[in-house]
Amino acid sequence: MEQALALIFMSVMGLALLIYIILDGYDLGIGILLPLAEADEKDMMIASIGPFWDANETWIVLGVGVLLIAFPVAHGIILTSLYLPVTLMLVALILRGVAFDFRVKAGTRGRRLWNRMFFIGSLLASLAQGWMLGVFVMGLEYHAVSVWFAAGIALALPAFYVMLGCAWLIIKAEGALFEKAIRWARRTIVPAGIGLFLVSIATPIASSEIAAKWFSLPAGIGLLPIPLTTLLAFATVAWLLWHEQALKAGYGWIVFLAMAIICLMCSLGLAYSIYPDIIIGKLELVESLAHPKSLQFVLVGVAIAVPMILAYTVFIYRVFSGKASELSYE
Amino acid sequence: MELDPFVLARIQFAANISFHILFPTITIGLCWLLVFFRFRYTITGDRNWEYAYDFWVRVFALTFALGVVSGITMSFQFGTNWPGFMERAGNVAGPLLGYEVLTAFFLEASFLGIMLFGKGRVSNRLHLISASLVAVGTTFSAFWILSLNSWMQTPTGFSLEDGVVLVESWPEVIFNPSFPYRLAHMLLASLITTMFFVAGISAWRARKKVDGPATWKVIRTCVFAAAVLTPVQAFVGDMHGLNTFEHQPAKIAAIEGVWETERGAPLTLFAWPDEETRSNRFAITVPKMASWFLTHDFDGEIRGLNEFPDAHPPVAPVFWSFRVMVGMGLLMILVSWWAAWSLKRNERAGPRVLTALSLMTFSGWIAVLAGWYVTEMGRQPWIVYGVIRTREVVAEHGGGTVLATLLVYLFLYAFLLVSYILALRYLSSKPAKSLLAGQQLVPGSPAPEGGTQ
Ligand code: HDD
Ligand code: HEM
Ligand code: HEM
Repeated sequence: MEQALALIFMSVMGLALLIYIILDGYDLGIGILLPLAEADEKDMMIASIGPFWDANETWIVLGVGVLLIAFPVAHGIILTSLYLPVTLMLVALILRGVAFDFRVKAGTRGRRLWNRMFFIGSLLASLAQGWMLGVFVMGLEYHAVSVWFAAGIALALPAFYVMLGCAWLIIKAEGALFEKAIRWARRTIVPAGIGLFLVSIATPIASSEIAAKWFSLPAGIGLLPIPLTTLLAFATVAWLLWHEQALKAGYGWIVFLAMAIICLMCSLGLAYSIYPDIIIGKLELVESLAHPKSLQFVLVGVAIAVPMILAYTVFIYRVFSGKASELSYE
Repeated sequence: MELDPFVLARIQFAANISFHILFPTITIGLCWLLVFFRFRYTITGDRNWEYAYDFWVRVFALTFALGVVSGITMSFQFGTNWPGFMERAGNVAGPLLGYEVLTAFFLEASFLGIMLFGKGRVSNRLHLISASLVAVGTTFSAFWILSLNSWMQTPTGFSLEDGVVLVESWPEVIFNPSFPYRLAHMLLASLITTMFFVAGISAWRARKKVDGPATWKVIRTCVFAAAVLTPVQAFVGDMHGLNTFEHQPAKIAAIEGVWETERGAPLTLFAWPDEETRSNRFAITVPKMASWFLTHDFDGEIRGLNEFPDAHPPVAPVFWSFRVMVGMGLLMILVSWWAAWSLKRNERAGPRVLTALSLMTFSGWIAVLAGWYVTEMGRQPWIVYGVIRTREVVAEHGGGTVLATLLVYLFLYAFLLVSYILALRYLSSKPAKSLLAGQQLVPGSPAPEGGTQ
């Protein structure tokens, strides 16, 4: 019973965070790319995420919410030991979120300021999230190895978000911006790929617990699809980026899909590395589980609400499908 | 000065939630007002209602964005600053917050996209439905969070095991004794705050002659609504007080400034409650009135603060916040009635009424903050009344760390508040018609399609 509840809530939390990384990832990536664009392109880039960013951001609220509901003890430990990066991320998300609105409502002079805030907020939020991910994978310990590791992820995650942002723009943008998005993606894919590769190698080196799980025999073979799928997805993205005619013919969404698959594989790998702990080497999921009665009460809500949320999310993406330049207030 | 991380954590939480609540208070009310404008336009076909909608939806988008980002901060605050609260009361707090995310946050955040940008992409009906769903979402949000807050004030339906709260009955937890009053009082507060906010800005626009008939329609709507809602609020507030008297006598003793238990206690209008001497200085009182208000009997008994040694709240801040709120409430009744009376006799109100309305633009914020300070400080030293003390659940950060983050937040909030008010001014100086015309904005103003409008 408790095992099952722990697994269910860990999955819901994982799903929420995965969706967050993909959806807010492209928002944040676009924010990081903003300074590279011309003034009118900036407007179009922001218009392409205007109707979505708020709901995208809500997924992290759900992720942290489930952590709080299901694993209150872990929630306390994780958030208190990540106090400073969490604060940094929150401040950055505040700047990013309000910049959306202020940039069109604060007069022409204010607009430059808010564009800059939008960029700074997006960049800092991504860096902070990467850092937190790194520290978390290292079991919330601060020593030389873990700090270097966290710093590495802090740099890799923004690159990843930029890839997602480019993929989104390839779907949404036209003309010069479309071309630029492809160029930006070509330049980012190499560092993003290297980053991911190094992180995958560094994880088992830095953490013996994780190494033990991946390199023990039958399990190791069963896990092979994860790195293989990731490689395949990377290859697809690379191939498409250097075949513009395919992108122009409307296959841009495959780039986004492949990036999403990479995210999915990474989170599966991560989940496998951590399970059955919630804080590696310190605290098991079941140990920090909230009272089953409370969880059953929430589960009813989750079972009803999450499918509905997914349904209307899809509906809204369909209402706003198509190239972003068509988006206007009227 | 020594840095007590406990005090700093409380100040930080108070600063964050105070900043947050400014925006929900407006979004909850404004969203329903927008639905009303849209609905009026749909049934009357009068373009002025559409202009009104188009102007105010922009203000709404801006306010909503501030509400969302400050709310995200709130949802992390429990873990970063009050981990013990979640460890001990998590079985109640977690599910209630969870239902808020599931039923409210996604609903409002998702349909907001259609509400703001969807006019040309979906039918008028679907657009109206989307706007209503956003409004329903904000109201659900208030429902769940106020349920949790009320449970912290008047906990019921639980048992304790090793200091950890276990739920016995969800209906009793959700519909705890103070919840109906708090929900009604807060939703009314939201509507009233919005009415004065919208009327105030519109009065400013009318005085500057920015806009014509649309602005006057808006002013009329808000003034009449406020004239009805403010007395209702006073009535609900009074019932809320009676409920508190029953469940949190120490809070009422602080509100009334009653030190010794007495029969026929006087109503203290003004005083300086002094915790050193445990008495009121410079008190101006009306004999027996406090007893009458609270027990509806001139000789009813009120328990004094001295009955709750080391378990009563700081007296002066609670005492004063309460008077600020009620004073503001009475002032609002006065102003809204005066304005309503003059709008009843004339098509348009005179400059003096308009000035008064503009001066009252942010009056709701003052009353709401004061009200929450009464409620929250009045609960001290408990975080869950009578069950868990605040001091037991604080996180152990160094004072320096908390001080540093607190200063960052305060600086950021000051900056955002100034930006918000400047943006309101900037928007208010533009006629609604030009906003509606979309691309053909007045020269020099930015194009409308870039971002949440
Ligand atoms: C009475 C109303 C009320 C109160 C007391 C609070 N909130 Fe709030 N909150 C709202 C009413 C609201 C809202 C109306 O639903 C908001 C405000 C504006 C908005 O965009 O949604 C919102 C937004 C909002 C969001 C962002 C939601 C999103 O992504 O769309 C979060 C995470 C929180 N709040 C969390 C909290 C927490 C943890 C609180 C208490 C400690 C809290 N709020 C008090
Ligand atoms: C929305 C308007 C609110 C305002 C303006 C407000 C204000 C405050 C203030 C001033 C304090 C500090 C009290 C003190 O330390 O003396 C406080 C504390 C606190 N409030 Fe609220 N509050 C609000 C709503 C809520 C809600 C909805 C919840 C929870 C569901 C909540 C939970 C808490 C907690 C956990 C603390 C910290 C511990 C404490 O000092 O008691 N508050 N709040
Ligand atoms: C005019 C007569 C009013 C009376 C008699 C009154 C009474 C009260 C009382 C007794 C409380 C504290 C309840 C508790 O903590 O247990 C309270 C809280 C509060 N008041 Fe008022 N109030 C009045 C007007 C207003 C107005 C005009 C507003 C705002 C527009 C307002 C907003 C609030 C808020 C936001 C709270 C905190 C939330 C809550 O506990 O409900 N009040 N009020």
